[in-house]
Amino acid sequence: MTGIRLEPRPQCPWWLNLLLPLAAVGAALVLCSGLVVLAGAEVLGAYSKLFLSSLSTAFNRVETVVKAAPLVFTGLAVTVAFRAKFWNIGAEGQLLAGAMAAAFIGARAGLPAWSLVPLMICGGALAGAAIALVPAVLKTRCKVDDVVTTLLLNFVIFYGMMALLDGPWKDPLSGYPDSPDIRAEAEFPILLRTTRLHLGVLLSALAAAGAWLLLRHTTLGFEIDAVGENPNAARYAGINLAAVTLLTAAVSGALAGLAGVGEVGGIHFQVMAGLSPGYGYTGIVIAMLARLNPIGVVPAALFFAIIITGAEAMSRATGVPVFLADVIQGMALITMLAALMLTQYRIRWNRPAHE
Amino acid sequence: MNEILAQVFQVGFFAAVIRIATPLVFGTLGELFAERAGVLNLGIEGIMMLAAMAGFSTAFFTGSLWLGVLAAMLIGVAAGALMGLLTVSLGLSQHVSGIGLTLLCSGLSFFFYRLIFGQPSSLPKIRPFETLALPWLAGIPVLGPILFNQFALVYLAMAVVPAAAFVLYQTPWGLNLRAVGENPHAAYSAGVSVAAMRYQALLVSGALMGLAGAFLCMAQYNAYTFGVISGRGWVCIALVVFGQWSPWKSAAGAVLFALIDALQLRLQASGAFHLPYQVFLMLPFVLTIVGMALVSRNALAPAALLKPFRKEAR
Repeated sequence: MTGIRLEPRPQCPWWLNLLLPLAAVGAALVLCSGLVVLAGAEVLGAYSKLFLSSLSTAFNRVETVVKAAPLVFTGLAVTVAFRAKFWNIGAEGQLLAGAMAAAFIGARAGLPAWSLVPLMICGGALAGAAIALVPAVLKTRCKVDDVVTTLLLNFVIFYGMMALLDGPWKDPLSGYPDSPDIRAEAEFPILLRTTRLHLGVLLSALAAAGAWLLLRHTTLGFEIDAVGENPNAARYAGINLAAVTLLTAAVSGALAGLAGVGEVGGIHFQVMAGLSPGYGYTGIVIAMLARLNPIGVVPAALFFAIIITGAEAMSRATGVPVFLADVIQGMALITMLAALMLTQYRIRWNRPAHE
Repeated sequence: MNEILAQVFQVGFFAAVIRIATPLVFGTLGELFAERAGVLNLGIEGIMMLAAMAGFSTAFFTGSLWLGVLAAMLIGVAAGALMGLLTVSLGLSQHVSGIGLTLLCSGLSFFFYRLIFGQPSSLPKIRPFETLALPWLAGIPVLGPILFNQFALVYLAMAVVPAAAFVLYQTPWGLNLRAVGENPHAAYSAGVSVAAMRYQALLVSGALMGLAGAFLCMAQYNAYTFGVISGRGWVCIALVVFGQWSPWKSAAGAVLFALIDALQLRLQASGAFHLPYQVFLMLPFVLTIVGMALVSRNALAPAALLKPFRKEAR
C-alpha cells in the first residue's frame, strides 16, 4: 500500500532552519497573490513595488532599517516570552507603556541634559517590564490565563494613553491629542548624518545579541528553555517556575518597552495615537519566522519592515489596498506554523517492502 | 449622586444592557463550543471582524439584512474550518494558530473593506435592523420594554443560551463533544471521531462568532469601522473562563459585562465626572481582568484544552 505518513524526526537538519521561513514566506506570497489579482493589479508588478521600493535608494534603505528597529525589539520580546511558554501577546501595550515613560522623562525640564537619554532608556524598559509583570503575577499567583490578560491589557494601556493625550497631555494651543515634545537634548543621537538612523537602531541590534547571549549562555536562558519545554521536569530539577516566569516576563516587557522608547526618542519625539501600527502583533509573526532564535529575529524584522514600508508605495502605484501587508503577516504566520510541522515530522512514502 | 443614579437606571438603560450583551453572548457561546471540544479559538477577534465586514457589505449591496447575517455566519464557518485544519488536522499550537487566524482575518477585513468601498468621504451606512415588539410579551410592565421590544437577533441570542445548554448536556452529540474536550483517548476508544467532533465544534463556534459580528454592524450600529470589534472577542474568551465553561454562567457573565459597559457609557454621557472619556472605555477591560483573577483559582477548564490529539501518542 502506498501513501503518505508522518514520521517523527529525531533531529532537524540545519538547512531546514533557513529554508522553512523562506518557504513559508514564499507560500504566503503565492496565497496572497490572489488578492492582488482581485484588486485588479498585476502580481509581479505589485510585488516588485512592495519589495523594491523600500530598497530602491540609499535613503529608503536606511529608512527601512530604521523601521525595523521597533520590530526587532518586539520580535525579541515575543521570542524570550514564547521560549518559556509565557504567552505574551501584550508587546503592543508594553511598547506604548515604554513610549509614554520615555516621553514623560524626555520632557522633564529639571533633569540634567546628559541624563535624559539614559533615563528614557531605563524608564521605558522598566515601564514595559512593569506592565508585563501584571499578567505574569496573575499567572503565577492566581493561575489566570496569560494570553487573555496580556491581550486585554493592550486595550487598557491604549485607552489609558488616549486618556492622557486627551487630558493632561493635550496640546493646549492646537488641541491635538499629541503629547508635549521631548527636549532637544533628549532626542536620540543620529548615527548617520542626513538620515534618521538613531541610537535606538543600534540598541535593537545590541538587544538581539544580548538576547542571544541570555538564552544560550546564561543559567536563566537555560531555565527559560527548561520551563518552556517541560514545566514538570523543570520543577523536579529544582527550578523555581514562578521566579523564571516573572523574570522572563520582565525581560520580555522591557524589550517591548524599548521599542516604544526608540520610536519616541528617535522618530516622533512625542507620543500620539498612531505611534504603533501593531508592531507588537507583528513581533509575534517575526518571532515565529525566526523560530524563536534572537539572531533570526533581525532578518525577519527587516523583511517585515520592507513590506510595511513598501505597502504604501505599492498602494499608490497599483491601487492594491495597503492592508495587503497585514494579510501577508497573518498568512506568513500560518504558513510558517504549518511548515514547522516538517521539522518535527518527516514525510515518508509508504511503499511495499522489497526485501 | 442620586440624580445621576436616577438618570442611569431607567428602562432604556436595561434595554441597552440586553443589546450590548447580545454580541457577547453569541461570541462567548461560540468560544465555549470550541473550548469544550478542546480547542482554544483565539481566532475569535479576527473572525468577528471579518464576519462583520462581510455581513455589512452583503447587506449594503443586496439590501437584505438577513442575507448579510447569513454571509457573516458563512465566513465564520469558513474561518472555523481553517482553524480546524491548523489545530485538528495538523495538530499545530492552538495559541499561535489562533493569533495567526486573527491577524489574517483582521487583515482581510481591512483589505476587502478598502477594496470594496475605497476611502469614501462619508461612512457607508445601511438601514439597520429595527426592533420587533413581541405581541403580548412587550406589554408586560418594565420587563416588556427591556426584554421583548428588541431586535430579532436579540431573541435569537436568548434562545441560543438554553439551546446550547440543552445540546451540550442532553444530547449524544453534546456528550461526545465534551468527551473529546475532557478525555479524547477515552472518547476515541469508545468509537468517537475526535477530529470530526472538534471540527464540528469549530464550525458551530465560527457561525456563532459570525452572528456576533453581524449584530454589531447591522443592529447595534449601522456601519462597519475598523474599530467595530475593538477587543470584544478577547472579552468573550475571558467570559468563558469567568463562566467556568458553562453556557448559563458565561451568558450571565456577558450580561454582567454589558451592565458595566452600559454604565460606563451613561457615566460618560452624564459628564458628572470630569475625566477623559477613554478612562471609561478602559474600565470594562480592567474589571474583566479583575474578574478573571477572582474566579481563576477554581477554574474548571476542559482537561484536554490546548492538547492536540494524536491516536498513536499517549
